[in-house]
Amino acid sequence: MENKTTQSGRIYLDCSATTPTDPRVMKKMCEFMEKDFGNPSSVHAFGREARGKIEEARRSIAEFIGSDDPMEVIFTSGGTESDNMAIVGVVKASKVKKPHIITSVIEHKAVLSTIEDLEKRGLVEATYLKVDGYGKVNLEDLKKEIKYNTILVSIMYVNNEIGTVQPIREIGKYLEKLNDQRERGGFPKVYFHTDAVQAFQYLNVNVKHLHVDLMSVSGHKFYAPKGIGLLFIKKGTHIEKIQIGGGQEFGKRAGTENTPGIIALSAAIDILKKEGEKDGERIGKLKDKLVKGIEKIENVTLTGHPKDRIPSVASFLFHGIEGEAILINLDLDGIAVSTGSACSSGSLEASHVLLACGYDHEQAQGNIRFSLGRFTQESDIKKVLEVLPGIVDRLREMSPIAN
Amino acid sequence: MAKISVNSHINSRKEIKEKNMNNTDYNPKLIAHFQNPHNVGEIKDADGVGQVGNPMCGDTMKLTIKVESRSDGNEYITDVKFKTFGCASAIATSSVVTDLAKGKTLEEALQITKQDVADEIGGLPAIKMHCSNLAADALQAAIADYRSKKG
Repeated sequence: MENKTTQSGRIYLDCSATTPTDPRVMKKMCEFMEKDFGNPSSVHAFGREARGKIEEARRSIAEFIGSDDPMEVIFTSGGTESDNMAIVGVVKASKVKKPHIITSVIEHKAVLSTIEDLEKRGLVEATYLKVDGYGKVNLEDLKKEIKYNTILVSIMYVNNEIGTVQPIREIGKYLEKLNDQRERGGFPKVYFHTDAVQAFQYLNVNVKHLHVDLMSVSGHKFYAPKGIGLLFIKKGTHIEKIQIGGGQEFGKRAGTENTPGIIALSAAIDILKKEGEKDGERIGKLKDKLVKGIEKIENVTLTGHPKDRIPSVASFLFHGIEGEAILINLDLDGIAVSTGSACSSGSLEASHVLLACGYDHEQAQGNIRFSLGRFTQESDIKKVLEVLPGIVDRLREMSPIAN
Repeated sequence: MAKISVNSHINSRKEIKEKNMNNTDYNPKLIAHFQNPHNVGEIKDADGVGQVGNPMCGDTMKLTIKVESRSDGNEYITDVKFKTFGCASAIATSSVVTDLAKGKTLEEALQITKQDVADEIGGLPAIKMHCSNLAADALQAAIADYRSKKG
């Protein structure tokens, strides 16, 4: 399929950061923008037409995530807002004096920094679960940390840096059972939030299957544009809004709806319904080829779980050399990837995820993440495998710590 | 009147945009040194060895020098080589330092600052100034090592 990522002759392997907008999504969105510019809160025909279309989108999306009630789908600006809303909203609504939140050390900053901020302000207590060498959270560890004042568990479905899948369904089932007992004992309910941003197009995101109360989704990770996402909020969840103003989104999120974004999100999900599974298989095969090829280079480590991982991500450590140097070399060859190296982070901190997996600073420095997508071609992988060994060799020759 | 002001506004916006777009490109001098660094390697029978690292991000640089005393009474750096574990800026600044130091007296070489290195390469982003600009430190360390050995 011809699109922006190939037209320029460049190769885009950074789909975990963002995906190009699918031309079919763009077409639907533009058609909508040309005709239906109305404010869905307006009573006149312009408003009613826009309202009709976004509610149709909401129904279709609710169906995709296994929700019986479209009112459980709240449109947001994306993953960060959804994560913020889930956490801050549940804390705000809680009657517990000093609520306790459990999360993991490898969450996205949208979750981690939000919880750390609440903690710093003295509004919550927090526990950060450690992970194993594959970046996986252990349910038994979680069980031990639940206290009388625990009101929220927030664990990401898939880690964005290494692609490891977390046992969301197992955690969800456990918490559901636990909540039955807690209710009888007069303890506050433990809500379960998952950031499903990296999982959405590859895994089962049926909220009943997962037993989640809250789920964050971001459109631009699956070929919708940036600036649109959603938060699933299970009926009965005590949550307060964090964006305050008008009564949009059933009073849960103020502000005029991003109507073109909602249409695009729904169109992107329609494509997932039809092509998602096939896409995943094809991308997985390409990723396996890439991994096989890269593993021929000496002294490399594939991060993440050997089996429980999404098909699109292969994050490697190239020992003895630094990730940003590899990234810039690849970029000069027209190949776009990302790195968890401190040098590129802006904060000069190595990836908290790689450190949590037990790698040291030096190893984490050598990180490169390849993330494939719908528009990745076999020729892209071939090109990477052609140029990468030379880049690694050259940088290792320059390194005082590589052999 | 109104039209003119609108146009001038657009022009300045366009200029800003062009400037921003240029800023997204890599510094060509830095890339040239990164792609084809000078004096890579290790002098086997070096007179001085300097190894410095940034503990925060893990960048490491090893610089080896060859020193020769001449009839003018000065000690000259006749050869210098580097090995660097670090990002593109770290490698490029290492290459620049070896260029700057080669042929200089020890006294002259000791005067080379981080700012000299950054200027030579056409500027470094503030964040890279401290983490990726270890080369001048490594040179100083190599000279100190030479002097301590000479005792």
